[in-house]
Amino acid sequence: MEFFKYTKTFNFMGKSKLAMVFSIVLVLASYALLATKGLNYGVDFAGGTVVQVKYNSVAPIDDMREKLKSNELFDNSSITEFGSPDEVVIRMKTTTGDVTVDIGDVTREALSGTGEFEVRRVDIVGPKVGSELKEKGIMSLVLAVLGILIYVAFRFEWRFAVASIVALVHDVSIALGALALSGIDVNLDVLAALLTILGYSLNDTIIVFDRIREGVVSSKNIELSEIIDESVTRTLARTTLTSLTTFFVVFTLFMFGGEIIHPFAFTLLVGVVVGTYSSIFVASPILLAFGFDVKNYHQKLADKAKREAEKEKMRAQFESGVM
Amino acid sequence: MKLNYRIVIFALAIVFGVFFSIPSLLQTEGGKKVSLGLDLQGGLHMLLGVKTDEAVKSRIKSIAASVKHFTEKKDILIDELKFDENGLSFVVLDSDDLPSVKEYLSKIEGAKVSVNAERISFSFSAEEIEKTKQDAISQAIETIRNRLDQFGLAEPVVARQGDEKILVQLAGIKTAEDEQRARELISRAAKLELMAVDEARAGRVYAMSNHEAASFGDVILPDAKSDKIKHLVREIPILDGGMLTDAHVGFDQNNRPVINFSLNAEGAELFGDFTGKNVGSHLAIVLDGVVYSAPVINERIGGGSGQISGDYSVVEAKDLAIALRSGALLAPIYLMEKRSVGPSLGADSIEASMIALIGGFVLVIIFMMVYYKLAGVIANIALIANLFIILAVMSLFGATLTLPGMAGIVLTVGMAVDANVIISERIRELVYQGMSIHKAIEEGYANAMRAILDANITTLIAAVVLYAYGTGAIKGFAITISIGILASMLTAILGTHGIYQMLESKIQKSKKQPFVVWDKGVVDGVF
Repeated sequence: MEFFKYTKTFNFMGKSKLAMVFSIVLVLASYALLATKGLNYGVDFAGGTVVQVKYNSVAPIDDMREKLKSNELFDNSSITEFGSPDEVVIRMKTTTGDVTVDIGDVTREALSGTGEFEVRRVDIVGPKVGSELKEKGIMSLVLAVLGILIYVAFRFEWRFAVASIVALVHDVSIALGALALSGIDVNLDVLAALLTILGYSLNDTIIVFDRIREGVVSSKNIELSEIIDESVTRTLARTTLTSLTTFFVVFTLFMFGGEIIHPFAFTLLVGVVVGTYSSIFVASPILLAFGFDVKNYHQKLADKAKREAEKEKMRAQFESGVM
Repeated sequence: MKLNYRIVIFALAIVFGVFFSIPSLLQTEGGKKVSLGLDLQGGLHMLLGVKTDEAVKSRIKSIAASVKHFTEKKDILIDELKFDENGLSFVVLDSDDLPSVKEYLSKIEGAKVSVNAERISFSFSAEEIEKTKQDAISQAIETIRNRLDQFGLAEPVVARQGDEKILVQLAGIKTAEDEQRARELISRAAKLELMAVDEARAGRVYAMSNHEAASFGDVILPDAKSDKIKHLVREIPILDGGMLTDAHVGFDQNNRPVINFSLNAEGAELFGDFTGKNVGSHLAIVLDGVVYSAPVINERIGGGSGQISGDYSVVEAKDLAIALRSGALLAPIYLMEKRSVGPSLGADSIEASMIALIGGFVLVIIFMMVYYKLAGVIANIALIANLFIILAVMSLFGATLTLPGMAGIVLTVGMAVDANVIISERIRELVYQGMSIHKAIEEGYANAMRAILDANITTLIAAVVLYAYGTGAIKGFAITISIGILASMLTAILGTHGIYQMLESKIQKSKKQPFVVWDKGVVDGVF
């Protein structure tokens, strides 16, 4: 079977201006969302308390709200359904430092009389730990990007590295925008998903870049945009296939993985789509925009080959004792 | 068919994968198994902080107690003994006694002693304070570990995290009540103090403010039976729980649980001296700032043993005895982070992630088989081997499988086939260019290799960063995805290559005898 048989070269770079506009609009819209609506930081980063309660029947949310008014610890708490009408999550900005009786115990106590229930999860993140986790989270994103930048620059050329980082920033920005739009709780697992998007999106970009590099080295053509079009077309079957399989699994995770894994799966879902798009329509045009000079590169390669040949020659002479 | 080194390595990897994942899959008695994270099996994860300032303060307090004992023994008269968290000071009435008192204080480790006229001041050096704080954390870890070991849960984790945090992880807690009991045991200061009742002023205790009590060197403490009952006791204790050697549950004449404790030689001497001198007075037995009883001293009590009676259940008495036996916490602890998952939620999470894993897996397998036929079957073999190897490696290292870890495995399924897609597409391309099957396979692998390596290494970089900076469950994701990527290099690249090499002659022959799997011709069928 071969749905994705691409025999003629697509003119991707001809469409790159349109794609650029599209990308810029998306990224700007994401930043606007981040600036106005903002991310909905969950307890991991903002600090606070989450109590997940499951009732034997439909959760009496109004009754619960009433009961929670009794204690000022629960001021500004919110109760939302969690996956099913029986299950709810109570989110609070407050935390307590007492080990023996914590805010979870107080909640359990306060809810008594609202029906038969079970407290299934209590997450308490003190303000200090919350800000530490946030710091570490930002640090990890920065470090991952840096590590990748160095690796790609080392394996390819600096223009490739910068182009791939721009694509990464593009992907993460849009994913963050989607998170802001959806109002999903941003917790550690979402951070993990963002880091995975980094790896995944780069995966796609590298496959395309590898082809471009190969094209640049082997082809006599010096028109970069043509080489790019040819390379992208050649990897298109792979890109579509892999994106599809990954999309399948992430989608099943999103649909059936359970409520807790939802934010993680959602972030990945956005990442897979955006990552695939960006490897074709963002990373490569930027390479073009940076003015990667094929002729120059050919010259460099030739010089390098020449130097090595000379070295080889000298070594041979040295070994045979001529020198 | 002929064997090649790739297929041999691949076969060995499969044997390894299957063999070492059996204990985890079948939950056999022996063998190394993957352990489930707290988010999957239910349990309690806490990060605790230590109020280290309190440890310094309590050291100063106990030095005040020993100064008092020392001077009484030597018949040195002192006055205005005051202490706070920075140090203590007092006036020696007869200046002839100054040198001996000074010498006594100077012997204390890290002491800074200064004399101003008749007033002696004592404080700790900065290093000593730091050391006391660090000791308090180490001691808290040790104490909590001792207590939990006796509590009867399987493999509690108590470890230092960072400079000043304590990580506590308890798996297998079934109910919220059990969890609270464990937390109570952990956080209980278990500080036993024997204190003298201020007989002269005890009658006025209900009319006295805390401030007024402090001016007499006294402190007002509540009674265990009721907050309304109050006791006025001397602030500096006669002795504290540090001199305790044992504590266990006994029963009094009414068959109510009590805790019998014994003291070491030093404590026994202090206790004997005090009771001998104060027959007829009251002695308060104080636990964590609450007076449990204040009996009259009838005679000198030698031997150094005593009893704490209170209104508690046998279980409470047992936990209390454990806490006393394991030693007091030098400084109070407080909650910085807590994650508690009930067993039923853990079970739900396992179910949901298994459905996602199996669902995603089946979808990918079917897709690969339909799209690539034989090549798809080969890729699927690699994929299944990959799963076994992930499980085996995790079992061998005793790694923990968390919910994000499960997601990592699901994701690995999606990413591992990527390598095979890349390879197959490459080979297909080369065959279209008119290359022979043999050459196309070799070239295809060589060409695809570079891209796959680069792509995998960058994902690994992200995973390593995630492992270094992630906590708990997220680390589990980094682990499964890293192992998955490494295993996929072995299965999806080396393994499938080996299979192709083995089947090569057959594939070539099948030009003449089309095989069911590649009925539309070799090229379209295989790749």
